Amino acid sequence: MIPLDYYLILSAFLFTTGMLGVLIRRNVIVVFMSIELMLNAVNLSLVAFSSFIGNPAGQILVFFVMTVAAAEAAVGLAIIISLFRNKLTININEINILKW
Amino acid sequence: MVTTYWLTPYILFFPLLGFLINGLFGRKFKNENLIGWIATSAVAISFLIAVAIFLEMISLPEEEKSKIVDLFNWISVGSFKVDFSLQVDQLSILMTMIVTGVGSLIHMYAIGYMHGDSGFWRFFAYLNLFIFAMLVLVLADNFLLMFLGWEGVGVCSYLLIGFWYDRKFENGTTGDAAKKAFIVNRIGDFGFLLAIFFIVSKFGTLNFQNVFAQSSLLTSGDAIITTITLLLFLGATGKSAQIPLYVWLPDAMAGPTPVSALIHAATMVTAGVYMVARCSILFALAPTTLAVVAVIGILTALVAGSIGLVQNDIKKVLAYSTVSQLGYMFVAMGVGAFSVGIFHLMTHAFFKALLFLGAGSVIHAMHHEQNIQNMGGLKKYLPITYKTFFIAALAISGVPFFSGFFSKDEILWKAFSNGSFTLWLMGIIGAAMTAFYMFRLVTLTFEGKSRFDEHKFHPHESPKVMTTPLIILAILSAVGGFVAIPHALDIFHFGNKFDEFLNPIFSTASFKLRQIEHGSLWTEYLLMITSSSIAIGAIFLARNFYLNKIDFVNSISLKFKKSYNILLNKYFVDEAYEATIIKPISRVSDKFLYQIIDVKVIDNFLNFSAKFIDWLSSVLVKIQSGVVQDYAVVFVFGIVILFGILFVV
Repeated sequence: MIPLDYYLILSAFLFTTGMLGVLIRRNVIVVFMSIELMLNAVNLSLVAFSSFIGNPAGQILVFFVMTVAAAEAAVGLAIIISLFRNKLTININEINILKW
Repeated sequence: MVTTYWLTPYILFFPLLGFLINGLFGRKFKNENLIGWIATSAVAISFLIAVAIFLEMISLPEEEKSKIVDLFNWISVGSFKVDFSLQVDQLSILMTMIVTGVGSLIHMYAIGYMHGDSGFWRFFAYLNLFIFAMLVLVLADNFLLMFLGWEGVGVCSYLLIGFWYDRKFENGTTGDAAKKAFIVNRIGDFGFLLAIFFIVSKFGTLNFQNVFAQSSLLTSGDAIITTITLLLFLGATGKSAQIPLYVWLPDAMAGPTPVSALIHAATMVTAGVYMVARCSILFALAPTTLAVVAVIGILTALVAGSIGLVQNDIKKVLAYSTVSQLGYMFVAMGVGAFSVGIFHLMTHAFFKALLFLGAGSVIHAMHHEQNIQNMGGLKKYLPITYKTFFIAALAISGVPFFSGFFSKDEILWKAFSNGSFTLWLMGIIGAAMTAFYMFRLVTLTFEGKSRFDEHKFHPHESPKVMTTPLIILAILSAVGGFVAIPHALDIFHFGNKFDEFLNPIFSTASFKLRQIEHGSLWTEYLLMITSSSIAIGAIFLARNFYLNKIDFVNSISLKFKKSYNILLNKYFVDEAYEATIIKPISRVSDKFLYQIIDVKVIDNFLNFSAKFIDWLSSVLVKIQSGVVQDYAVVFVFGIVILFGILFVV
């Protein structure tokens, strides 16, 4: 049986990759995908813990996370489309009108 | 046992109800009579209740007469408690009867006097509120509740002096006179309030019974008691118009005449006297204060009396006479003759209310002319007013067997027997002045030839609703003194009922003072004859002067032009206060408080803090870049720091 540590290390790696993507990439779609990556990294560790402890609560939580991620993807893409229609760009640095 | 004492709260309730009805709905009532009679009957019902309680009280044995009627707990902080409780005893029930009895007569009179005034409903609402506040003051069983009533009457007095707020009065408007009354009274109230603080810190309670019970254990002349009583007396000088705070009362005549009669003659101004009588035990423990009270009283009586000699406004003369008579009451208090002072308070309420109402009747008839130099010969136009006014003038002058004779003579006798010959002599001089200026007033107003154009207008007697109170008060002024026949004149052994009734209230105080009356029965007769003959002499002198020898009077006033002017200008006291107190205060307010403290310090501080915030925000605003990723970096660093703390701890 594969030890828990392996799952967690993979999960941490995926999460860090996603986080760096959110912080560094300028393309909104990529940023968006990075967020999905972070969510799935968390899902992975939840499922791993759940299976090791033998408590199904973690897996149920994953379903919720997936539902929310789906809804978020729909809303997020809709926002990106309407942003693109207005600004004709998906560069996140140019979308900075929400300030003083 | 069935008792009427439980009705006491209703004494307060009816005037309050009258105030609420007239105050809230009075504007909608189209009928003046309805408004007037609601207000009058509210006070009259209170009077009837008070009489019922009084009748039961005199039938009760001595120790059951005084009762406390608890209404509700007002303030309760830790061990400090103040109840909204009413004290019914001989003193308070007597005051209640005076306030409501004279009050209801004046309410009735005002229905006629205020006829056609646009603020008719407002006037009666204020009057009812005043009666309510006065009754709270009188019936209170602790200092704080008394203070509530004390402030309440002050507010009503302010409202009523400035009732005709748009009318001219002397150099300003009636509003100025109202403000003056209020501000001068505040100085006195400040003293009263300080006294209350001292009492709390010394006795830990404000309840009359507890304070008096504790204080009777103290020795005479205790420093704290002296301080408390002096401060209380400062309060009394404000409300009861004594030196140095009497200046507001003559100006209070800007109000409608029934107000002058009710508030500034018969009831409110006696609040100070009542308060001193109520705290008689405290005052008895402070001989210094008593001496101050007596001296201030007699000086006020003389100063105000001498000013009254030359005034030409009918109400001003009466105002100074009120100040002077209040001085006599304080003389009585000062020599420890508390029940005598209260007796004079009662007779004064009768005849001074009558004098003011009579003056109101004259002013009403003369279409708001108040200068007595423009009157004269009104006897034939206003027969009832003339007769009743004459009786009141006899009473206040102390002509034998009118009410004022009994009370004033008793004060003079006490001033002699408990005080000193000097005090008595000054009292006699004051009494002579009283008789003189009263009959100067009567003669110039009602007798001789008319000094107004008789063809142009015809003064007319006032309606019945105004003359009825005059007649009732005239009867009281004439015979009211027989309730307290002095020992020396008591040939039928009728006894001094008034003194017997009130004495239990003052017995502790009298015991503390351990007064030994000196002077025999014959001395009393001698003094009595002296004072009455001086009063009668002054009356004849005044009548003779102003009826037949008016030229002689004028030549005298020309000859002594300087002193005449000093008197006419009221010893320039107003001007002196203006120069020594008002001017410096307004200069300091303007030059220092306004131009330095306000403009320089406060405004600059505010401007600086506004500028500082402005600068700070211009720095901090840079943080908000609008770029989402910048915010995300901050999040990440925040999380890293949080984890760091988690690991370290």
